[in-house]
Amino acid sequence: MGIETLLSQIFNGLSLSSVLLLVGLGLSITFGIMGVINFAHGEFLMVGAYVVYVLQTLFNKLYGHGASGVSFLISIPLSFFVAALLGFSLEKVLIRFLYGRPYEGILATWGCSLILQQAARNIFGANNVDVTSPKWLAGGVEAMPGLQLPYNRLFILALTTLCVVGIYLYLYRTAQGRRMRAVMQNRDMSACLGIRTRKVDTFTFALGSGLAGIAGCAVSLLGSIGPSTGQNYIIDAFMVVVLGGTGRLAGTIAGALVMGVLNPVFELISTSSMGKVILFILVILFLQGKPQGLFSLKTRALD
Amino acid sequence: MMDAKPAKSAIFRFKWFALVMLLLTLAPFFLSDFRLNLFGKFLTFAIVALGIDLIWGYAGILSLGHGVYFGLGAYCMGAYLKLQAEDLPDFMGWSGLTELPRFWKPFYHAWFALPMTLLIPMLFALLIGFPTFRARIKGVYFSILTQALALIFVTLFIGQQPYTGGTNGITNLQNIFGFSLAEPATMRGLYAVTVLMLGIAYLLCHWLTHTQLGKVLVAIRDGENRLRFLGYNPALFKVLVFAISAGLAGLAGALFVPQVGIISPSMMGILPSVEMAIWVAVGGRGTLKGAVIGAVLVSAAKSYFSENFPELWLYFLGVLFISFVLLFPQGIMGFWQKGRFEWATFILRWREKRFARSSSPNGLPRKCH
Amino acid sequence: MLKVKSRTFILSIFIIAVVVGVGSAWINDARSAEKEPIKVGILHSLSGTMSISEVAVKDGELLAIEEINARGGVLGRKIVPIIEDGASDWPTFAEKAKKLIMKDKVAVVFGCWTSASRKAVLPVFEKYDHLLFYPVQYEGLEASKNIIYTGATANQQIMPGVTWLLKNGHKKFYLLGSDYVFPRTCNLIVKAQLKAEGGTLVGEEYTPLGHTEYSTVISKIKAAKPDVVFNSLNGDSNVAFFKQLRSAGITAKDIPTMSVSIAEDEIRGIGAENMLDHLAVWNYFMSMDTPENKKFVAAYKARYGKDRVTDDPIEANYFGVYLWAKAVEKAGTPAPLKVRAAVRGLKFKAPEGEVTVDPTNNHVWKIVQVGKVKPDGQFDIIWSSGKPVAPDPFPSLVSNKIVLEPGKIVDRKK
Repeated sequence: MGIETLLSQIFNGLSLSSVLLLVGLGLSITFGIMGVINFAHGEFLMVGAYVVYVLQTLFNKLYGHGASGVSFLISIPLSFFVAALLGFSLEKVLIRFLYGRPYEGILATWGCSLILQQAARNIFGANNVDVTSPKWLAGGVEAMPGLQLPYNRLFILALTTLCVVGIYLYLYRTAQGRRMRAVMQNRDMSACLGIRTRKVDTFTFALGSGLAGIAGCAVSLLGSIGPSTGQNYIIDAFMVVVLGGTGRLAGTIAGALVMGVLNPVFELISTSSMGKVILFILVILFLQGKPQGLFSLKTRALD
Repeated sequence: MMDAKPAKSAIFRFKWFALVMLLLTLAPFFLSDFRLNLFGKFLTFAIVALGIDLIWGYAGILSLGHGVYFGLGAYCMGAYLKLQAEDLPDFMGWSGLTELPRFWKPFYHAWFALPMTLLIPMLFALLIGFPTFRARIKGVYFSILTQALALIFVTLFIGQQPYTGGTNGITNLQNIFGFSLAEPATMRGLYAVTVLMLGIAYLLCHWLTHTQLGKVLVAIRDGENRLRFLGYNPALFKVLVFAISAGLAGLAGALFVPQVGIISPSMMGILPSVEMAIWVAVGGRGTLKGAVIGAVLVSAAKSYFSENFPELWLYFLGVLFISFVLLFPQGIMGFWQKGRFEWATFILRWREKRFARSSSPNGLPRKCH
Repeated sequence: MLKVKSRTFILSIFIIAVVVGVGSAWINDARSAEKEPIKVGILHSLSGTMSISEVAVKDGELLAIEEINARGGVLGRKIVPIIEDGASDWPTFAEKAKKLIMKDKVAVVFGCWTSASRKAVLPVFEKYDHLLFYPVQYEGLEASKNIIYTGATANQQIMPGVTWLLKNGHKKFYLLGSDYVFPRTCNLIVKAQLKAEGGTLVGEEYTPLGHTEYSTVISKIKAAKPDVVFNSLNGDSNVAFFKQLRSAGITAKDIPTMSVSIAEDEIRGIGAENMLDHLAVWNYFMSMDTPENKKFVAAYKARYGKDRVTDDPIEANYFGVYLWAKAVEKAGTPAPLKVRAAVRGLKFKAPEGEVTVDPTNNHVWKIVQVGKVKPDGQFDIIWSSGKPVAPDPFPSLVSNKIVLEPGKIVDRKK
């Protein structure tokens, strides 16, 4: 196997990392701020993917089959808003009773995820549906002879980079972002200083969910989407968060890179299923040594 | 509280237990064969639930991957039963194996296979639990880890079709200890064994939780650091109780296989494992009776829904998760033991306020008696 | 204090006794099996990763039942289908099969798709000596007296496909399949055939059912440089694989594939542009030009929608229902034991041509065809065996067993 295969694997790993990063960012922020693990996060991804499908079907009906490119571009911010809205409502109705109660959070949000999945099955059918990729994303660029970098994966990389930069600017350059970081680091003190922690919580959850929605857009480019699409990514996303450490952007990025790049590498040297198994075992072993993950918030608390 | 009970009620303490055991033993006379078989399956789930209640209700550790231990016990039993039926299991033949692998050979013997259904899950629990608890991984991180482990095991078992039967699992079993599995009498016998095992498991858990160990477990749940300051090593206790619960799950798995006739990796995965947690949540954490009740009720509901309203089952399950976590966190038993008094008090007070407003002569609230 | 406790206790015993008494009466209520209609079971995955394929098969079976009922039913009795969802989970299939047989007391079950689901329900059907019509092509190595296999065996699909590929210059094979019984056993057969007929194996890879990340696999395939990829992936994995293959810039001209689990219905989900010019080998294609097929396709479309398609497994149990109905008429009763005996040797003019149930092994004689995907998602039939091929569930290439009659499998004598 030549250098092209290795490079192509690394590239595949990067594109996988970018999807994981989009999903994991939302989770990490949510868990960092609220101590709530949201098991319905995968379903926000699914919602985002279905938005792409619905919009495309709509555009096909109205404008014929040539409009897939335009519909896709519009569906990216639309997925964000729909998923964010769903997250906002979920937070107001359910999540806010779960703060600081992670076990309850897991179970209640798992229940939510079941309901959302079944709703998707009832609305769209149990079968997976196919989203036609826009024509300008078909094919790829020939980086080296024998190494084709598909445009859709490059697009996903670009999209993720844009999102990460956006989140970074938001967190570190705006007042609202500063408030979010404050609540993440010390909730009580932030409240004492006059920050409306409830508003920050709701907004943060919505933001995290919106990111998952964008991840859904990305996923729709890669394969078919269906009610259980979210489930395919949720465990990996959790491992990203646990590996990278919660509460820090760098942690999630590191976690996503490690998980995303190592997965195809292990797949290459063994088989598809063993690749993931080896990766997970390694991550678990790593966590024995460093339970807080790669990067984490340093606090003085014992727990 | 526990020590204040007078000696007389030692007999009465177990009257409910005796009553329930009696009812369970009489069930074969009331239920059709098909329903009895199903009920036996529910009772094996109750055994798993007992184990989960031990670690979650008492020690505060939520394992979302207990299906692994259930599956390990079930596969051990399945291997034994398969070798009784065929010299070379059929899936090995289709996979190109011509000879029984070395590690399969001992499972031919009951004296090896049966203890293994308990020992292998416990061994894995020790292997996994010891480094994890020692590294003080707890809370949700631990739960996520158990999910990853469930995924790992499922993938491993599916991938090794020559050794485990792959996604098919182990199926096509013929008889157990000479009794044909097709006979209703065998099914009734298995049911009786399950009831017996459930009773023993319940008594074991009851004993454990009423000794010093039980107090330590509750202490771990409520204030692990304080326990550490008192000189105890919580990790050891956690590993111990985790191993016991894994053994219970393995026992349940071993009882499951002959009654249902199949074990496949899907029973080890994340969804069944999370369902196991919900049985305990619905029934009532920290009350062993609750675990049994929750397991039977939720499984019965699942059978009912998937037969009559298959579409609605997941909605129902989701709503169950949410409502029992938010509205009834103590579960059914908890509600019966504590919650109903709180609700009654709440309703009485509310009624008094309403009544007071309307019947008071000068508009002032009535005095409380 | 004690008084209250014992009162509660006695009261609860009373309540429990009442509940148990009423409950058992209700549970044991033998639902009066209505004398008139005949109940049949339909057991498919209506949810989960296999539902993409199985829902359409269920629709085919329901269509056949409706058509038969419109003509007056069987023995003057209407057929009532009882539908259960196996949920792509094999223990659930076993439980639902038990329920259909024991509780609903159906006369026959039409169902299953994956070999895993069939293997899970086989013990149930043998234990209760019942009858299953199984419509999907599979790996063979089975011949139960309780199953009528209306789908192809290995020698009616896989083996002719491999032979055709080798004859047409595709010598280097890469085997890709989902990780369960059918692909693994199918590939055992293919490997034996390659050895016997002069092909070479350049790679073999299995991915879990429902796997959707194929970039690594595609890299491995590119590195191995095969003449053809023999594809036994099943379910959603096919959608992901072909989409990603296409976006990696690989077309059928670069690396052709031959699939054994992709038919017209799956192409709808994958997208014809992703599957253009790729090959599949089946016994039935929707584009077949027989009068029975034209009627069948028209009826299916009229019932389920203009953009629905028919394919081999849908057609297999469509004629399976008709075969069963014919056997019931011949036996004079829907009892599974009698129908089983009556169905052997029956002939029927199915949409794919005339099919015969082979009395020695409960399989069906079928013709074999190779098709190429056209831009409209239909198949261009580029080769046909002409005459129906006899089913051989235990090909001598891989098995030393032989079927004397369904259920009686002995070692082949040298």
